[in-house]
Amino acid sequence: MSIEAPLHEPEGIGAVARKAFANRSFLIGCVITALISAMALISYVWTPYDVANLIVADRMQLPSGAHWFGTDHFGRDVLSMIMVGARNSIAVALVAVGIGMGLGVPLGCWAAARGGIVDEALMRFNDLVFAFPALLSAVMITAIFGPGAVNAIIAIGIFNIPVFARVARAGALSLWPREYILAARAAGKGQARITIEHILPNIVNMLLVQGTIQFALGILAEAGLSYLGLGAQPPMPSWGRMLFDAQTSMIVAPYLALFPGMAIVVTVLGLNLLGDGLADTLDPKLRRQR
Amino acid sequence: MSLLEIEKLSLSIGRTPILRDIDLSIEAGEVMGLVGESGSGKSMTALTIMQLLPRGATAQGKVRFNGIDILAASEDEMCALRGDDIGMVFQEPMTALNPLKTIGEQVAEGIRWHTGAARAEAEQRARAILDRVGLPEAKFPLTRYPHELSGGQRQRVVIAIATALKPKLLIADEPTTALDVVLQAQILELLRELVDENRMGLLLISHDLAVVTEMSDRITILRRGKVMEEGETARVLSEQVHPYTRQLAQASMHVPAVRSAAVKRPISPLVGEIGSLNVPPLLRVSAVTRDYPGRHTSLFKTAPSFRAVDDVSFAMQAGRSIALVGRSGCGKSTLARMILALDRPTSGTIEFRGETLTGKSEAALKPARRNMQVVFQDPYGSFNPRHKVARLVAEPLYLLETAPSDHQRREMVTSALHEVGLAPADMDKYPHEFSGGQRQRLSIARALITRPKLIIADEPVSALDVSIRAQVLDLFADLNHRLGVAYLFITHDLTVARAITDEVMVMHEGRIVERGLTGKVLDDPQSDAAKQLVAAAPDLHRALAKRLQEQG
Amino acid sequence: MTAFLLKRTLIGLITLVVASMVVFAVLEILPGDPARLMLGMEATPEALNALREQMGLNQPLVWRYLSWIGGLLIGDFGRSYTYSVPVADLIVERVVVSLPLAILSLLLSTLIAIPVGVFSAERRGRLGDTMTMGIAQVGVAIPNFWFALMLVYIFAVWLRLVPAGGFPGWSAGVWPASKALILPAIALALPQAAILARVTRSALIETLGEDYIRTARAKGLPRRYVLWRHALRNALIPVLTILGLQFAFLLAGTIIIENVFYLPGLGRLIFQAITQRDLIVVEGVVMLLVATVIVINLIVDLSYAIVDPRLRTRQ
Repeated sequence: MSIEAPLHEPEGIGAVARKAFANRSFLIGCVITALISAMALISYVWTPYDVANLIVADRMQLPSGAHWFGTDHFGRDVLSMIMVGARNSIAVALVAVGIGMGLGVPLGCWAAARGGIVDEALMRFNDLVFAFPALLSAVMITAIFGPGAVNAIIAIGIFNIPVFARVARAGALSLWPREYILAARAAGKGQARITIEHILPNIVNMLLVQGTIQFALGILAEAGLSYLGLGAQPPMPSWGRMLFDAQTSMIVAPYLALFPGMAIVVTVLGLNLLGDGLADTLDPKLRRQR
Repeated sequence: MSLLEIEKLSLSIGRTPILRDIDLSIEAGEVMGLVGESGSGKSMTALTIMQLLPRGATAQGKVRFNGIDILAASEDEMCALRGDDIGMVFQEPMTALNPLKTIGEQVAEGIRWHTGAARAEAEQRARAILDRVGLPEAKFPLTRYPHELSGGQRQRVVIAIATALKPKLLIADEPTTALDVVLQAQILELLRELVDENRMGLLLISHDLAVVTEMSDRITILRRGKVMEEGETARVLSEQVHPYTRQLAQASMHVPAVRSAAVKRPISPLVGEIGSLNVPPLLRVSAVTRDYPGRHTSLFKTAPSFRAVDDVSFAMQAGRSIALVGRSGCGKSTLARMILALDRPTSGTIEFRGETLTGKSEAALKPARRNMQVVFQDPYGSFNPRHKVARLVAEPLYLLETAPSDHQRREMVTSALHEVGLAPADMDKYPHEFSGGQRQRLSIARALITRPKLIIADEPVSALDVSIRAQVLDLFADLNHRLGVAYLFITHDLTVARAITDEVMVMHEGRIVERGLTGKVLDDPQSDAAKQLVAAAPDLHRALAKRLQEQG
Repeated sequence: MTAFLLKRTLIGLITLVVASMVVFAVLEILPGDPARLMLGMEATPEALNALREQMGLNQPLVWRYLSWIGGLLIGDFGRSYTYSVPVADLIVERVVVSLPLAILSLLLSTLIAIPVGVFSAERRGRLGDTMTMGIAQVGVAIPNFWFALMLVYIFAVWLRLVPAGGFPGWSAGVWPASKALILPAIALALPQAAILARVTRSALIETLGEDYIRTARAKGLPRRYVLWRHALRNALIPVLTILGLQFAFLLAGTIIIENVFYLPGLGRLIFQAITQRDLIVVEGVVMLLVATVIVINLIVDLSYAIVDPRLRTRQ
């Protein structure tokens, strides 16, 4: 029986883009992510109010035309703080994904190419990192090296390393027995060259999808850490910190907790939709399941 | 009234038409062969009868089974028919059984569902049918799990499930395609017996004309969702009225023209006596053994290692074409990989053009690799889907001492494409823009680009439809003739071996048990392994002769 | 199976030992001298040294590590620097809050997620599926501590059905104590349930596309029977993996949730210990949590072997 081509085929970038934008999840995810990123970028040049200005006279105002999301107990505009906070959240999560990919992908590819002891060692390293619940270790790391955005990045980044290593390794392992890899070996190419020429281009899809997932998880983790006071330090606004401050005035001003929370949910939702849409368009095996 | 009557059946999935106005009928006790190449709609016809079509499929026309209108039947009515009156056997035995349930449970399940029998009674009946399909209690108790069985044994379980309730109609969709020839012969024999015993109707679906001819009373030839020809097997295949029937029959028995001429060419020096000449052989394999370490059975115990290749020695001369044949798992692919220096022998040496390959570094292997290339089985898996043809075909140029310039590179790719009958314009396409046969041509172009002396081809045509297969075999023969490339052809298909090789080596359980000129070995095999292979191999000539005798 | 489980157990033990070294090493390089922290900035060098001697801080590193590990093995976690009580007592006092919370939320999450996943997979592509998965998609995006705040506002502040926080202790009776755990458990469980429901659904849909499902249908078995009897058990393997990961996540999640609800559990204990530089408490709690995670992973491995005969008889 002939093999009738249900294999993964690449298309031109134009075709992929067209297919992606026809996907509802991807489209909504893209729009949300673009809006949040735009908000973060705009905050560098303009916010409705200056977040460094504490105007006690304006404190605890309900949402209104002047302050869409109200003001906090220092009289700061909540919308402006959310805009600046987006900057912080995105930066932390993005760099943490960068750390995870930058170290995890080479590790995973290396382990898959070498096999044997190297592979076993990587798997055991993964076991070790996974034995520490991520948030617990993040709390430890930031507590030891002091709270702050940089340490939050490192803490979250470290736990992205085994995640990407695992994805890259699994992808690479499934490719190594392929006939085109054997053909490349028969053409005298070494492991490093084969990894760069043949393995990486074929696992980049998976890595992208995992990247959006880890990005979303990073936003959640950053919010958790800054809620505990271990993330970005005041006066730098951060979503988690805003929630912590809001907790004390829950009874009089529940909207203070509502809006930063919504910002987190919308951002994470957007990224997850983006990831789902990417997986749908890039990986036909996943697409079949929907 | 026929047992199964299909009239003007049309089927489409979404907007894609799959079947157009199919007519087909099966009487009780009759074997109907449904033949066609991939994409002809054979499997979809079967799934329509079972009403197990994929989502989005819509069927029109008439399908009557035993007087019941299948297309109008409710899901409950179909559930009552499936497994009871209509049984089905699928192509891939390795995945057709639930890995988490015992074979006893899986056979008894359908019996209990349809007859309402108690567990004990159903198990008794399951036991009886498993005994019948050749899985005796002593070795195959009901408590066995599928993973403890081989592919052939699993297919027997699937047949047991399908025939447990003695259905009136059995549908077998490529039931032996995933099995080697010897198992194929056994499973076909079993199907024939079961059909005879119970006067079942059998719809046998296959791409292999020889298999269908051997088995069926009547055949229906399908192409692109349409019936080309239908009738008594002997008449259809001997008269070959329809051009497509002729094309299919000829492609199935195809021998490349260059080769049929070459057979007359005196072949010397003869096998084995190569040493007597002073020319060193192109390839010499000496006492090569490959062991795979056993798994850990417990922390400190290890199962004995598995010897995939056992003390193999042979030599081959430049320009020759040799087939390495054997059942699946006999070690032929492992041997090929060691010759290609993609795997290391546990012991023994491999010499290529007088130079020992074993134990050499990748850099030292480069000159040898230039002269030894490979073509794989799967035309879809042999190319990185993200690169264009120009880059894919040029890959072995990495082996050259000095990197060619871009211009030279394109020249070389152009000429390699030309050799295999593809146009220079194909250079800027991606592999998915080609058909299976064209991809196999690309594969050959890639192997040829460094002008090697030896090409090792691992089942290079077994994934191709017969008509495409014939063309690719022609190409292989032509290149051997024109460029003097030697081939080591790894195949389980004796027709292929006969079509394009000078000599055959038969491999069995890691050893080479017989070697000789192709015609001689295939017509008069000496070793048991070779005899078994030859006897089991489906052969259209033989099958047709037998049919003609029976059907007059 | 024994070989498989022995290997996993051995790996678990080695992981545990290495983890203990990592924890010990990390906390050793932590800036801040516990003796000085206990005595304050004005302490004389003599007093400091005496205390360091008494606490064993002057011993060589390896010896201190070994005596710490030796202590852990017999249940001696050392004495807290700040509370001056045995760490083991502190842990026991807090475990009775955290463990019921983690188990309750895991149960809740599983009981919600698996039926929802099955429901959705059965109706793939239809309205019921689209809506449940839409809700699940949002659920995955909700940070549990924010969800907790919202629950507090709705059920404690607004409806006054449950207390907003705090824990009366089990001595106050089972019901008041359980009542204090309801909101935290829901806050932890629902976002996890959303993830689990999605995994269950996609595992089930993938399984439903397998060849053996078609074989089962060809026997005449109806769709629902095949779903429950053939597909679900095969889909359980990825679900089990996620369940194992989630338990670890729930354990860590208690750190935040216990802070939201002012629950005196392990999470709050470790958080306070870190801010107070109470090393010995941090070490003890971290090791306990890591050991729990490793044991959970072993249980997951064991359940794979129970579900999957291929692992049981693999040679």
